[in-house]
Amino acid sequence: MAMAALRREGRRFAAPIISPQPLNPFRSSISSAEDQAFLGVRSISTQIVRNRMKSVKNIQKITKAMKMVAASKLRAIQTRAENSRGLWQPFTALLGDTPSVDVKKNVIVTISSDKGLCGGINSTSVKISRALHKLNSGPEKESKYVVLGEKAKAQLVRDSKQNIELCITELQKNPLNYTQVSVLADDILKNVEYDALRIVFNKFQSVVSFVPTAATVLSPEVVEREAESGGKLGELDNYEIEGGETKSEVLQNLTEFQFSCVMFNAVLENACSEQGARMSAMDSSSRNAGDMLDRLTLTYNRTRQASITTELTEIISGASALEG
Amino acid sequence: MTPRPPTPSTIPSKLTVNLVLPYDSLLSAKEVDMVIVPATTGQMGVLPGHVATIAELKPGVLTVHEGNEVKKYFLSSGFAFIHANSVADIMAVEATPLDQIDSSLVQKGLTEFTQKLNAASTDVEKAEAQIGVDVHSALNAALTG
Repeated sequence: MAMAALRREGRRFAAPIISPQPLNPFRSSISSAEDQAFLGVRSISTQIVRNRMKSVKNIQKITKAMKMVAASKLRAIQTRAENSRGLWQPFTALLGDTPSVDVKKNVIVTISSDKGLCGGINSTSVKISRALHKLNSGPEKESKYVVLGEKAKAQLVRDSKQNIELCITELQKNPLNYTQVSVLADDILKNVEYDALRIVFNKFQSVVSFVPTAATVLSPEVVEREAESGGKLGELDNYEIEGGETKSEVLQNLTEFQFSCVMFNAVLENACSEQGARMSAMDSSSRNAGDMLDRLTLTYNRTRQASITTELTEIISGASALEG
Repeated sequence: MTPRPPTPSTIPSKLTVNLVLPYDSLLSAKEVDMVIVPATTGQMGVLPGHVATIAELKPGVLTVHEGNEVKKYFLSSGFAFIHANSVADIMAVEATPLDQIDSSLVQKGLTEFTQKLNAASTDVEKAEAQIGVDVHSALNAALTG
């Protein structure tokens, strides 16, 4: 069994020990147990370090691969997100993005990812959603959540379970497209009563920078009210309405279309931010693993050399004890 | 977002058109002479200096006149905003140039949806079939007219 342990350790231990054996066969057989204990302690420590090194190296490979995958997914979705940016701009030019309008029923649509390991973007989205919720809760105001994505759901369910109206997950099972998002927007508009919808997502500025953003879509009644009162939407009354029987019908179609367009852009931007954040998280993880591997290699070499030295010392002191 | 230009005191000579789709901006800040949009109340021509309008669009042909060239796109409904500063924003879900549309498929789709409309029993089915018929007849009209 000592031999087996030695073999596992690599031949370097076996060699120095086998040769003096003819000198001292007695010693080895009787004190083989103690030797085994000594050898056991030494071999296990380098064994432990070696196991750790193997697992850290595997982790490094995995995180490097995940970074490559995230980079390729980001490339695919980035052009689509940039192309969709033109979609909400005409709406903002006409109706403006006014988060400060006072409304009774707020609905906060939080967009997050389904998978983890993407840095802190989901936590920032949830933080902003909670802040908006606090800002918009009061004696006459209330706010509810509509959650997209597993990660925000997990965080919000913990303390705001009664305020969550709708939970949608597995959004990215099929590649994102406008039809899917418009069906989703339709669902939300039908099932949730709202005066203002605040969509919280991470806007993709660059591969390393994601800005948490809140886009506001007002309901047609609030739009009419603001236009008549001459507030921020006062210009709206100057516009002629073509099509539809009444102005409110056209406004309703308009706000619903606006919501689906803004949602489409928000979902794409958030997906881009998710991939970018995952890239940088996996990159720092691989670098960390590399550092750890360096440190472990040093420890391993030190341990190995120390045990060789101990073996040699024992042999030499044993030999010199015999001689005189 | 780049801020929009303010309303000029005199009527500008060109109309600035933005045609945006969920997937792309087909025209962005293009200076043209006139556009004809397929509003639900009929074809509406827009010249520079047009009064500010919000128009709901039905499936139909968008014509863009730039000097001597005329470009036609088939739009799948949307909205058109014409601002007082002669900027026109047209938002549609799909827009294809007319030469990319296959007329035989249009005919097939039209007959298919007419059949569905006749066979429809519930309101939802009727509405869906009606939408199909509207779009395909508009496509047909666009290709022939």
